[in-house]
Amino acid sequence: MPVVYAVAMISVFMGLCSYSVLAERKVSSWIQGRIGPNRTRVPLIGHLPILGNLMTGLGLFQPVADGLKFLFKEEIVPGHVNKAYYYLAPIVALAPALTTMVVLPFGRYVDADGITQPLVLANVDVGMLIILGISSLGVYGIVLAGWASNSKYPFLGGVRASAQMISYELAMGLAILPVFLWSAAPGSEYGMNLFGVVQSQQSAWLIIWQPLSALIFLVALFAETNRLPFDMAESETDLVGGFHTEYGCFKFGLFFVAEYAHVIMGSSIFVLLFLGGWNFLPWLADPWGAGLFGTLLSVGWFMAKVFFMIFFFIWMRWTLPRFRYDQVMSLGWKILLPLAVGNLVFNTILIALYDTFTR
Amino acid sequence: MAKTKVLERKPLSFAEKTFLPQIVSGLKTTFGTMLSKGVTLQYPEERPVIPDNYRGVPTLVRDPNGREKCVSCQLCEFVCPPKAIRIIPGEIDADAEPDRAHVEKAPKEFDINMLRCIYCGLCQEVCPEEAIFLQDIFSLSGYSREEMINDKEKLYELGGTLPDKHFKWDKKKAAEQAGNAHH
Repeated sequence: MPVVYAVAMISVFMGLCSYSVLAERKVSSWIQGRIGPNRTRVPLIGHLPILGNLMTGLGLFQPVADGLKFLFKEEIVPGHVNKAYYYLAPIVALAPALTTMVVLPFGRYVDADGITQPLVLANVDVGMLIILGISSLGVYGIVLAGWASNSKYPFLGGVRASAQMISYELAMGLAILPVFLWSAAPGSEYGMNLFGVVQSQQSAWLIIWQPLSALIFLVALFAETNRLPFDMAESETDLVGGFHTEYGCFKFGLFFVAEYAHVIMGSSIFVLLFLGGWNFLPWLADPWGAGLFGTLLSVGWFMAKVFFMIFFFIWMRWTLPRFRYDQVMSLGWKILLPLAVGNLVFNTILIALYDTFTR
Repeated sequence: MAKTKVLERKPLSFAEKTFLPQIVSGLKTTFGTMLSKGVTLQYPEERPVIPDNYRGVPTLVRDPNGREKCVSCQLCEFVCPPKAIRIIPGEIDADAEPDRAHVEKAPKEFDINMLRCIYCGLCQEVCPEEAIFLQDIFSLSGYSREEMINDKEKLYELGGTLPDKHFKWDKKKAAEQAGNAHH
């Protein structure tokens, strides 16, 4: 049974990845005053009376065409690459992003004893640590790709990506410490469990209590996922394609999916940590019932928030230009890191005072 | 040397130094664009509006009575800078078309090589009969060089009929019959 759950989750996740690509293409074209993909039509479904035209217009069949294109392209391997690492890199890039979803709670249900339980593949106490640890492995894929390509631009892309990842990892880790100081208060049974963080936000979301943590975490998240304001790994304006310059066909497709897998994971984590997970609205009790329908509603509400965050990622990408490399470094080390330390100290004192005077 | 004036810049406020208000206003702008209507023309299905004096593919036109206007004077052939036009003049058969017999000449063959044509419109400008017009056709393609040469039949098919203000030859005939040949 766990295998079935895992397969189901992977399929949903990969589906979300491909539709994030579509969302990126559609939102970018809308922001640029274009229309975006609207021609791909699948026989039968695409020819339903009104629905077919609507789905075609929204480009809902486009991910199928994109995926098939990647699959059927000729596999070109440049002669000068280090073959073993060259093939390994896309796998190393995608695997961590897919692994982290094991500890990602995406809803809740009420079990037979009336206790609220998370819907998650593995409900472990160190959930956040696992996510931080494994998702950081994703940078190895990029570094490996840059190095194995044995070419200047991918190499520079890989070096930039690794420097950037290391810089923002620190600020990211420090930004979520106050979150766990708050949620795993003395006497809490949850520890670093992500479910506990969500349960602690039943009254008010953490973005209201700790806006600065949320801001630092969000900025670091953009950097960690290599999304546009911090698009150092790709920098297509000066590095051709960055780390994936020498990659084509399905191997490039894997990198592409990995990027969106990271975006979805990042969005989910931001929703869990700061936007109250599947909790309805701040200060409003959850309207979800105890039955199966309530469970589905909670999952749906969580997904809606994740979709909003994905949209926000895309929206941000097509609004801001890329930072220069030295600006990225100085923002990471000179601004975000001190700010995160200050935020940690401030929140520690605040939580201590709160605990002293209210409990 | 021109005088240069150094403008004092206002120091950035704290909010501006964080970039956040700028980012928010940028997000607002992009969101506004997202909601506004796109400017894309869905080309093969939607066609652009072609202005009246557009210089498209040159075509031969007929007058409202369906008669061909070209009298094969060959001025267009002469004026054509890239020598795209080739005309073989012919005579109008007086028995077949008695009411047009006085026009005397009509093209036997009229070819415009669209691989040579530069769409300059000099043929339209020079034509004394208002018989050749560069109309609104802007996309022309073919699979072979031969296909890109528009013959007389094709030119009339593309040109269709245009309104005529003068009916020059009808007037001429009427004047002749009224005894005033030099109308």
